[in-house]
Amino acid sequence: MLSLDALPLAASASNLLAAREQMAFTLGFHIVLSCLGVALPATILIANYIGLKRGDDDAMELARRWSKAMAVTFAVGAVTGTVLSFEFGLLWPRFMDRFGAAFGIAFAIEGIFFFLEAIFLAIYIYGWKRLSGWAHFWSGVPMFVTGIGGAFAVVAANSWMNQPQGFTLDAAGKVVDTDPLKVLINPATGYEVPHMILAAYMVVGFLVASIYAVGMLKGRRDRLHRLGLLIPLTIACIVTPIQLFVGDTAAREVADHQPAKFAGMECIEKTGTHQTEYVGGVCTSSGVKGAIPIPDLDSFLVGFSADTKVTGLEDIPKDQRPPANTMLHLAFDAMVGIGTALLALGLWLAFVWWRRRDIPKTPWFLRAVAISGAGAVLALWCGWIVTEVGRQPWIVQGYMRTSEAVTEADGIWFSFALVLLVYAAIGTIAIKVLRGMSRRWREGGAEPEGGTPYAPPTAAGEAGP
Amino acid sequence: MTRADLCAVILWLGATFYALFGGADFGGGFWDLVAGGAERGERPRALIQRSLTPVWEANHVWLIFILVVLWTAFPPAFSAVMTTLYVPIALAAVGIVLRGSGFAFRKSIEGLSGRRAAGATFAISSLLTPFFMGAVVGAVAAGNVPGDGNGPPFSSWLAPLPLLTGAMFVASGAYLSAVFLIGDARRAGDEELQRYFALRALAAAAVAGLAAAFGLIELHAEARYIFDRLTDEGLPLVILSALCGIGVLFILIAAVRRRAAASSWLLRPLAAGAVIAVIWGWGVAQFPYLVPTSLKIAQTAAPPDTLSIVIVVFIVAAILVLPSLGLLYWLSQKELLSE
Repeated sequence: MLSLDALPLAASASNLLAAREQMAFTLGFHIVLSCLGVALPATILIANYIGLKRGDDDAMELARRWSKAMAVTFAVGAVTGTVLSFEFGLLWPRFMDRFGAAFGIAFAIEGIFFFLEAIFLAIYIYGWKRLSGWAHFWSGVPMFVTGIGGAFAVVAANSWMNQPQGFTLDAAGKVVDTDPLKVLINPATGYEVPHMILAAYMVVGFLVASIYAVGMLKGRRDRLHRLGLLIPLTIACIVTPIQLFVGDTAAREVADHQPAKFAGMECIEKTGTHQTEYVGGVCTSSGVKGAIPIPDLDSFLVGFSADTKVTGLEDIPKDQRPPANTMLHLAFDAMVGIGTALLALGLWLAFVWWRRRDIPKTPWFLRAVAISGAGAVLALWCGWIVTEVGRQPWIVQGYMRTSEAVTEADGIWFSFALVLLVYAAIGTIAIKVLRGMSRRWREGGAEPEGGTPYAPPTAAGEAGP
Repeated sequence: MTRADLCAVILWLGATFYALFGGADFGGGFWDLVAGGAERGERPRALIQRSLTPVWEANHVWLIFILVVLWTAFPPAFSAVMTTLYVPIALAAVGIVLRGSGFAFRKSIEGLSGRRAAGATFAISSLLTPFFMGAVVGAVAAGNVPGDGNGPPFSSWLAPLPLLTGAMFVASGAYLSAVFLIGDARRAGDEELQRYFALRALAAAAVAGLAAAFGLIELHAEARYIFDRLTDEGLPLVILSALCGIGVLFILIAAVRRRAAASSWLLRPLAAGAVIAVIWGWGVAQFPYLVPTSLKIAQTAAPPDTLSIVIVVFIVAAILVLPSLGLLYWLSQKELLSE
């Protein structure tokens, strides 16, 4: 067997790139599903509540359908999330060895939330037929609470990587003392956590609404589709302006605490006041090419005055600058751009609703909603690129480089290829399964599986007018 | 008992719950795999599907719990295991993904061929995943993980004891699952399926017992530290496990011979007891090592405040999660949860 151990599965010199690519891909895949886990419960519960309170069969049917879809997405999310837990050790063992005692604290707390979410999600999803209407509704409420709690804990772990604190290192660089509260509530927690939770609500709101917008564009203009569009879209449109405010604050905090990341995001070469805001473009060492320059705006955004000094990349040691500047910059601009467009979409809906109590009549509105879901997901990915690539070359800002954290094990390119293959398959099948469910519901009418969602005697009485 | 020891106990409790409930879910997949053609296997498969559907995700979370406690409370041990046994661990991770998504897809995918492919993916990965997990545990027990990690990636687990442990994981999952399914079949009023799973529980018990016996022999050869302590401090637990196992065999054989349903209420506790006693016997045997014989619990433990958080988290989990799990199982056993 010794010969097997020496088998060179891949050159370990390129491990860092392979490990980063695999982590980015698996995280990017999982993050969409975790958004569904965080924000879909509230969306479903709102439809369920309307259904019970007003005896609205369409709302009830939507809640039932969405919970069936959630059964699929939660299962895939649970296993892809498990992969990430394994990857902490498989890809970044030296990071976990040195910092697990601090980094792990938030995950220990997340464990409870995830446990409770899995339990009550199961009770809710499989309790439609036999539990009474309101008992069933309340069995779902813990999903909403634990979804937010879980997101808080996981994102707190990430924000700790960006602004680590609450630990003491010995001479060998190992954590010898921790202050769990400081680890959990670090300076980045305050903006990263709400930014991600709101992002989850935007992704779910626009994504679900976009499905019904496509249906309406195909001529399915029944009440069910209208409601299926309006409930999630309303949530998303309420959340979006708050998100823009939180995101704006987050950017200022990043400028303060992680100047290298901020300089990368904004393509700032030279330190100084009166910094130009560049929209789009390619970052080069001799300035930004092909961007729309807005004089003084960057300084103004950072400190509400054109005289605000902003650090440029020239003042950051070469080996501490984030890589892939143009990608970072474009990802940031795309996130902000999409967020602003989604805000405009919300204002459009709000204005027309205020005047006419109806959604805008033009098909262009439905077309805009139809692509808003994909847009929100894209903005989510861009945001994580900004956070994660912008933190490079650090895995723990200022304390440990990603290159120091990576495994020495062979075969990471091989495992990345395997992961790509498996995830491509389950991603494709998951979408196929969800589309198939939607078609069956459509063809089978409102009640494809027969009977009302709840057992007859209790629900009919309670849900009736 | 130090805080670090307490965290090791918590880790073992997590492993116990995962072995009992997660293990049984893997076993369900195993019986699904060997249930035969679509027609012959229809009824057992339907029962397995009904029993697993509402609970498998919650049961799966114990694995996350184990990983989180390990890397938070014992970071160097986590790193040492991961950098040595990454091949079987990565394969187990792939198995987990395929199994979970296969199970979720098979009931909702269009067309019989798609359903079969998803079902086969679920069933085969239900066999492979616990096997690789067992190989990891066996390799740790065998003392093949060096304290600073990066041990040999293949010879550390491609050895008799780890492979036998893998087989034992598969067999004991199948055994637990069959015993649990006897009860589920009884509630469904299906006498034929009760006998069906009683026979299979017997077969799985025989294989698990055999694997355990060979495992003991291999322990003597490959993991002397554990063997010596298992036959000393751990002996009462080994005997308890054997007694529980024999008790289960008696009930099952009596039921099969009378051609009656195995209806003793003792069946499930005894079957679970046999598995629990082995897990704790192993724990006692490798104390004070977390990774025998290279990392002691005290030497791999995180700083005290982190350990306190892990303990507090476990207490909160015991107050919130265990009753919720109880509610889920109760609703599921009362047939109040369905698709």
